[in-house]
Amino acid sequence: MRAPRASRAARYAPAVYPTIMLGLFFVVPFAIMLAVSFAHRVPGGFYEPGFELANYARFVSSFFLGTLGFSLFVAGLTAVICILVGFPVTYFITRMPRRRQVVWMVFLLSVLSLSEVIIGFTWSILLSRTAGLSNLLVWLDLMDKPVSWAPGFAALMCGMCYLGFPYTVLVLFPALSRLDPELPEAARTLGASPLRTFFTVIMPIYRNAIVATVIMIFVFSLGVYLLPQVLGRPQHWTLSVLITDQAIFQSNLPFAAAMAVFLMMVSLALVGVTLLLGRAERRAA
Amino acid sequence: MSGLRLEGVEKRFGAIVAVGDAHLHFPEGQFFCLLGPSGCGKTTLLRIVAGLIEPDAGRVLLDDGDITDVPAHRRNFGMVFQSLALFPHLTVGENIAYGLRIRKVERAARRKRCEELLELVRLPGVADRHVSQLSGGQRQRVAMARALALEPRLFLLDEPLSALDAKLREDMQVELRQLQQRIGVTTILVTHDQREAMTMSDRVVVMNEGRVAQVGPPLEIYRSPANTFVADFIGTSNLLPAVVAAAGRVTVAGEALAVAALPDGLGPGAEATISVRPESVHVLPDSAAGENRLPGRVTFVRDVGVSVETYLDCAGHEVISIASPKDRPDVRQGDRVLVELPAADIVVLSA
Repeated sequence: MRAPRASRAARYAPAVYPTIMLGLFFVVPFAIMLAVSFAHRVPGGFYEPGFELANYARFVSSFFLGTLGFSLFVAGLTAVICILVGFPVTYFITRMPRRRQVVWMVFLLSVLSLSEVIIGFTWSILLSRTAGLSNLLVWLDLMDKPVSWAPGFAALMCGMCYLGFPYTVLVLFPALSRLDPELPEAARTLGASPLRTFFTVIMPIYRNAIVATVIMIFVFSLGVYLLPQVLGRPQHWTLSVLITDQAIFQSNLPFAAAMAVFLMMVSLALVGVTLLLGRAERRAA
Repeated sequence: MSGLRLEGVEKRFGAIVAVGDAHLHFPEGQFFCLLGPSGCGKTTLLRIVAGLIEPDAGRVLLDDGDITDVPAHRRNFGMVFQSLALFPHLTVGENIAYGLRIRKVERAARRKRCEELLELVRLPGVADRHVSQLSGGQRQRVAMARALALEPRLFLLDEPLSALDAKLREDMQVELRQLQQRIGVTTILVTHDQREAMTMSDRVVVMNEGRVAQVGPPLEIYRSPANTFVADFIGTSNLLPAVVAAAGRVTVAGEALAVAALPDGLGPGAEATISVRPESVHVLPDSAAGENRLPGRVTFVRDVGVSVETYLDCAGHEVISIASPKDRPDVRQGDRVLVELPAADIVVLSA
């Protein structure tokens, strides 16, 4: 029996609200950005409607492509470090008694409340020559004289990982708390040491969760634009920094929009390839 | 002395004594059941044997070698867990061969052993399937095959059949017992189901509140329980308060009853409890004369065809009698009757 018209409309009603919200706050702004990326720039002024590929053509230079490559590298490295540190940490947190878990979660949530600016300047002070950690090492007789570690690539990675780490733990936590404690025990009784149990049972079971978290941290890291300026040298500036620079300081919105669209396409393509590879591998296994 | 021995093993969780001062000997090749109500410490004891829990005191010995400090992965004890704990990311064959792979056994040999084990648990040809494609009973068998893959010194099972439905559980009990007899591995199974324990074990270890209440062959435990807990927990039992009268006699509800034996240390005047199995209780007409009878009243008759249960009230104490259909007593609810408790079937326990 076919449902009457009114009830069929009612069935789609719950989807109306998210559709409107997505359309209003995601599709429309993206469409505007896409349109602006093809617009004609008026030097000294703003931009006027048009359709030209000049902005994209300018992007395809060794400088901007190099920056794109570096941005992807930084985001990828951040995601990998976060998961390598975050997965075991999350695992140990979920094995703790309830009360200690709560303390850890409160601590990680409080890190989330810090803004990128505060995190950036805190690391730059911690790694500075005048007031940084190297002074502590000198005091401990481990170093001869204090040195400056910031700005630099290592300093940038410290900040990026610090920013991504709480998200890593929070995303993995629910999945890892559901682990049947008898699974690692079964591996133990079958002769696997705790370390082998971790690599042969726990990590493989959470393959999907790990891939999802890596993608999330990767995409999240691509959008970070303050830390490279605070903790990195100009050669460490990522595409997000250049987009901000073009949009705000050079008043070249069309070029900024073109770069943003390009960055989004490239990251979407990378995420897609990762998911496809994962699926193919599972089919082969 | 060969086999497994526990000497004064103890484990506390906070203020709770999960296992207290356990002394047990598990001789080679036998099937043991750790039986008790939930929370009695039977699972804790099994996990101490497996090396998954460290005891607070006492020693675990295998063939006279102290293994208390040997970690679980160096003990080579196969274990079947309550949740079965099959690895969800591996196929049936990979699950079974997991331990062999850890030991770096070659691929071809792994494959061969895996086929043998699936044959052993009567589940051939499923090695390439995924665990999620198996039924509950099949997963059970895979978990057993995996635990037996390394030819373990001990085969440990933690309530492995509790998730199965009643019919399948009974079949698996028989099958598990036959499997154990075929390969002759010393087996310890944890269960709260006394029927399961009676079906499978050579010896039953009854536990209560962290203590070992009685150890013995199933029938011995059934026929001569060591205390009121065991009498009550194993099967149904009629427990009646009694006072020791003279040699070979006790007084129950004002009537003197002859008993076969009195436990040591119970002199005349001592308070005791008598235990009589329902199938030993006979319901007789009010007029019948003879020894060892208590007057009573029928409160309820449950006739389920295969057996007849008569509920009786003897001076305020409930007594249940079970008879086969051909011995069905000719009584109705409310009838006054005599309840015969044969002297040979009365077990006197210290109160």
